Amino acid sequence: MSGWRAWLRALALGVAALGAGPAAAGKAPAAKVEIKHFAFAPEVLTVTAGTRVVWTNRDDEPHIVVSAGNRFASSKAMDTDETYATVFDRPGTYAYFCSIHPHMVGTVIVR
Amino acid sequence: MQDHDDNQKDAVRGRRQFLQCMAWAGAGTLWLMKGGVLQARALDGLAGDEAADASFSFVQISDSHIGFHKEPNPDVVATLRAALAKINAQPDKPDFLLHTGDLTHLSKPEEFDTLSGVMQEAKAAHTFYVPGEHDVIGDNGAEFFRRFGQRQSSGGWYSFDHRGVHFVGLVNVLNLKAGGFGSLGADQLAWLKKDLASRSAETPVVVFAHMPLWQLYPQWGWGTDDSAEAMSYLRRFGSVSVLNGHIHQIQQKVEGNITFYTARSTAYPQPAPGKADAPGPLKDIAPGSLQTYLGVREVRHVRGKQALAVTEEVLA
Repeated sequence: MSGWRAWLRALALGVAALGAGPAAAGKAPAAKVEIKHFAFAPEVLTVTAGTRVVWTNRDDEPHIVVSAGNRFASSKAMDTDETYATVFDRPGTYAYFCSIHPHMVGTVIVR
Repeated sequence: MQDHDDNQKDAVRGRRQFLQCMAWAGAGTLWLMKGGVLQARALDGLAGDEAADASFSFVQISDSHIGFHKEPNPDVVATLRAALAKINAQPDKPDFLLHTGDLTHLSKPEEFDTLSGVMQEAKAAHTFYVPGEHDVIGDNGAEFFRRFGQRQSSGGWYSFDHRGVHFVGLVNVLNLKAGGFGSLGADQLAWLKKDLASRSAETPVVVFAHMPLWQLYPQWGWGTDDSAEAMSYLRRFGSVSVLNGHIHQIQQKVEGNITFYTARSTAYPQPAPGKADAPGPLKDIAPGSLQTYLGVREVRHVRGKQALAVTEEVLA
């Protein structure tokens, strides 16, 4: 019974956090991923829930950040020095890749 | 049977010689493929008889990357124009052009508009296209297929016959998996198997697609996940030529009767496999030498033989 209540509470918190995501983007702690030499650096990024992750493309080739399994919104094509940011509200392991260079893979771990 | 074995040995010897020749192969070399054996000829030394033998020719261009505007080529429209002018100036007019993808850099409508406009300068009656990964960004290729598709299948792949040669255009830049390479997918493979099933083994086959249809350099993602399955359908044919783009340089490989070629770009070169930290535009080139890295490829079909002659031409 208490487990059920805890799950409900987690769900409520999750929904609240989800709603607050875009509005709170300015205040959210930020973490950076550089895209350079056709690789994500760091390849594995560990952040706390609510962190805004910002990818910056430092290559002369465009890259796209796409969630494996569609678990967060994909970026548009990022040309040189363009960025993409999204807030990770819920703990979990989020694998992603570049949809036009799929050998480029990365992971965001949200605690 | 003995003849057959001898031929096989000759073929192996010819291939070995061909691979050795690759060290110096460059502009102005004509490749004659006869029954699986390739012979190098200087373009200048092309005998009139051999040219007269050709029943038809076509030209491959690739990787125009309209929208790219950085070093080493801030004007990719001009270099595409130069490529088309070179093709238009050929004494023997090609029957058609093949564009093996990456027409644009970012799949933007204005980039497709520019490409379409410039391609109208080609004198050849028709251009066949397959998409590169740069042409399908954001919409899984909807805009590309609307403008350049052949509408034979929902997936965009197609085939046609031209003067006894069977041509197959494949799409290997969609539904790519994390950690993977180019991909054909089960639907396309099933279609290909069926498309080839009724053809006689004597039919010369030309397969074209954007990404290399062999594991050329997996470290840089230069390959296609399920190309081996496609090749298993093609192995029974006497002459198969696989034409790809994507890597902006010439690489070739012979595997039985299947010869793989990648083409130069009309926009910018990329480093040779492993010769840089990563793929991408090769900027470290001598001033004024860009055009020696760019080019077009002409392919002649030799009348009465299972043979295709491949000529590389640089823009310079």
